[in-house]
Amino acid sequence: MVEMTGAKALLSALEKEGVDIVFGLPGGANLPIYDALVDANLRHILVRHEQSASHMADGYARIKRKSGVCFATSGPGATNLITGIATAYADSSPVVAVTGQVPVAMIGKDAFQETDIIGVANPCTKYAFQPRKATEIPESVKKAFYIAESGRPGPVLIDIPKDVQQASADMKFPEFIKVRGYSPIVDADLSQIGKAAEILLKAERPIIMAGGGVILSGAFSELQTLAELLLIPVVTTFKGKGAFPENHPLAMGPIGMHGHAEANKIILEADCILAVGARFSDRSVGRFDEFGKGMSIVHMDVDPAEIGKNKSVDLAVIGDVKSSLKTLVKMVTKRISNTNNRGNANNNEWLKRRQELIEYYTDTIKDFPRDLTAKKTLKKLREILPVDAIVTTEVGQCQMWASLHFDVICPGTFFSSTGLGTMGFGFPASIGAKAAKPEAVVVDIAGDGSFNMTENSLAVSVLDDLPVIVFLMNNYMLGMVAQWQRTFYNRRYMGVHQHNCPDYVKIADAYGAQGIKVQSMQELDKALRAAIKTDVATVIDITIDPEEDVYPFVAPGTGLKDMITGS
Amino acid sequence: MTITTSADNPNSSTITDPYSSGGAYQWYILSGLVENKPGVLFRITNLFRARNFNIESITVGSTEMPDLSRMTITLKGDERIVDQLVKQLRKLIDVVEVKVLATDKTVYRELALIKMKSEDPTTRMEIANFASIFRANILDVGKQSVVVEITGTPDKIDAFKNLVNHFGIIQLARTGVSALSRGVDI
Repeated sequence: MVEMTGAKALLSALEKEGVDIVFGLPGGANLPIYDALVDANLRHILVRHEQSASHMADGYARIKRKSGVCFATSGPGATNLITGIATAYADSSPVVAVTGQVPVAMIGKDAFQETDIIGVANPCTKYAFQPRKATEIPESVKKAFYIAESGRPGPVLIDIPKDVQQASADMKFPEFIKVRGYSPIVDADLSQIGKAAEILLKAERPIIMAGGGVILSGAFSELQTLAELLLIPVVTTFKGKGAFPENHPLAMGPIGMHGHAEANKIILEADCILAVGARFSDRSVGRFDEFGKGMSIVHMDVDPAEIGKNKSVDLAVIGDVKSSLKTLVKMVTKRISNTNNRGNANNNEWLKRRQELIEYYTDTIKDFPRDLTAKKTLKKLREILPVDAIVTTEVGQCQMWASLHFDVICPGTFFSSTGLGTMGFGFPASIGAKAAKPEAVVVDIAGDGSFNMTENSLAVSVLDDLPVIVFLMNNYMLGMVAQWQRTFYNRRYMGVHQHNCPDYVKIADAYGAQGIKVQSMQELDKALRAAIKTDVATVIDITIDPEEDVYPFVAPGTGLKDMITGS
Repeated sequence: MTITTSADNPNSSTITDPYSSGGAYQWYILSGLVENKPGVLFRITNLFRARNFNIESITVGSTEMPDLSRMTITLKGDERIVDQLVKQLRKLIDVVEVKVLATDKTVYRELALIKMKSEDPTTRMEIANFASIFRANILDVGKQSVVVEITGTPDKIDAFKNLVNHFGIIQLARTGVSALSRGVDI
């Protein structure tokens, strides 16, 4: 037992959890925490808007594979965090948000900068709670990290009234925590895994659909072993992009609204889908009723509530997918050696079909007729970047082009706001990723509309020495909206033009970053090489054509079979 | 009409539905233990709204354990909906346990207070008669109204309500269903 203030107890508890960095912005209701920060062993990154703090914590969490922490004051500070918290919730990312709150006696009095942030955060957090006594803080922090990181990860919010931060008390820091009513399943039922092995060995045209769960549980090698053992082609969801090396002979790339055409096609021809850590989102599978019709679907996931939520499945394997896949590989190997029968999975016809589809669509889908296109610039980016570079994206056309044309080679080096689709996510998240792995080259594949939303994080990138590369595909357009207006609203454009504003080279310059304007492939090559070498944040402003669309396209409300491959 | 029990109770049989509704949907009773602290009911009801679950009734009250409350939910749905609801409820940190009750192994009751017009002695007599047949209690008698308390399964309350409807119901308050499983199972 040690006597200290609530604020000090909070920071000590964070240190005990192994936190080394916090992203935040101070205000009236979290001043005691900031005062305690002066003496704490924590690196504080001052953001310019709280939304960026939660995105940075999220980006940090996705690369470090443990909780990212962000701080904000009460009221508007706390509500500004929410977009980032909801983003983390949609993508199952462990973010621990700590907000200041008005003093306990003022709660419910509509005090200055008072918001019921617990109420606001409830639908977009795994848990949100408010210690009312200083002595509750150490246990709250322990609980928050346990809940955020275990099972299906997700954000947790701790809201601490100002007087609770200030109060002194004897603090007890628990080593372990048990939360009644929360017991995530780790090891799946063996008999279910056995059945999965049988189904896979019987299948003639099996396909693996790898989702974000593979990345979250770090099941890369298990997935690859299984795919190679049975020679099963692997598609991913967009969240699962990078769960499997995209240059692997069995890789087919992401499926979905803007998935790879060959991936969307092959999954329709399969007779068995092994969905690993995927949630059958509408963006991935199109129409729930059409998807997987007549196929046997095996669903592996850590979250029991995902089973049957969007799609009824034939077999569920509930548990951590890394552990499930490991056991599955063992069982399949044993069955093969016992019977000397690799099943039908090792099916040459099926693998030939895979090759056929890839070749067909490579010839069919034409690139946009310009010197600088999304496809060409992204292929160039891949060519120049080291294979272990970390890549994230903004949201919109840039994101879907990244999904289509940027191959992720090292598993787990790519992430994006895939569930919530939060514009403004990529840049601060890339700074968070850089903080998690300073030795890596970090790139944000950006569009101008999305980058606009959080571009003031340039200050953080420069001042806190977290240099990232903003690969800005600039068409001065809210390009994805414009594409939909072109496609579905007869070119009646509304609210999409940016009118050549702002000048991104000057913006970068104003923050002390490096801005390079690029109008040809040669300039792009040069700019990229310069950006990788320099130790300052670089914005590469690449002019692309505002008429360039993202194809293939599965229109909303239609099925994967209705995919359009060009205009 | 019968109540089919969910996957939680694959071996249980079915019984006559206490409710008188047709259609493909069926009635279910869910019972759970939840943390007895502020904000828990909010989290649960918010889940219903956010995920589009239509529930018929929810009751929450204290139990033999001071830090736990018992929650009883009734809803109309199909097996898929109930399965999802149970899973989503289990996901809530403050929900310690929740299960679908097999209605043939469950006792369940609801209480209703009904205030109705009774402006002459004949009416009052008639109401008193009906109340006694239904084993309901008269709680209050005024010159112009009577308040009756009735406890039973929801269909019994429906039946009584239909019976006294013509007197003119001024106010009606139902508690929703509370339920416990039979025997030592919890």
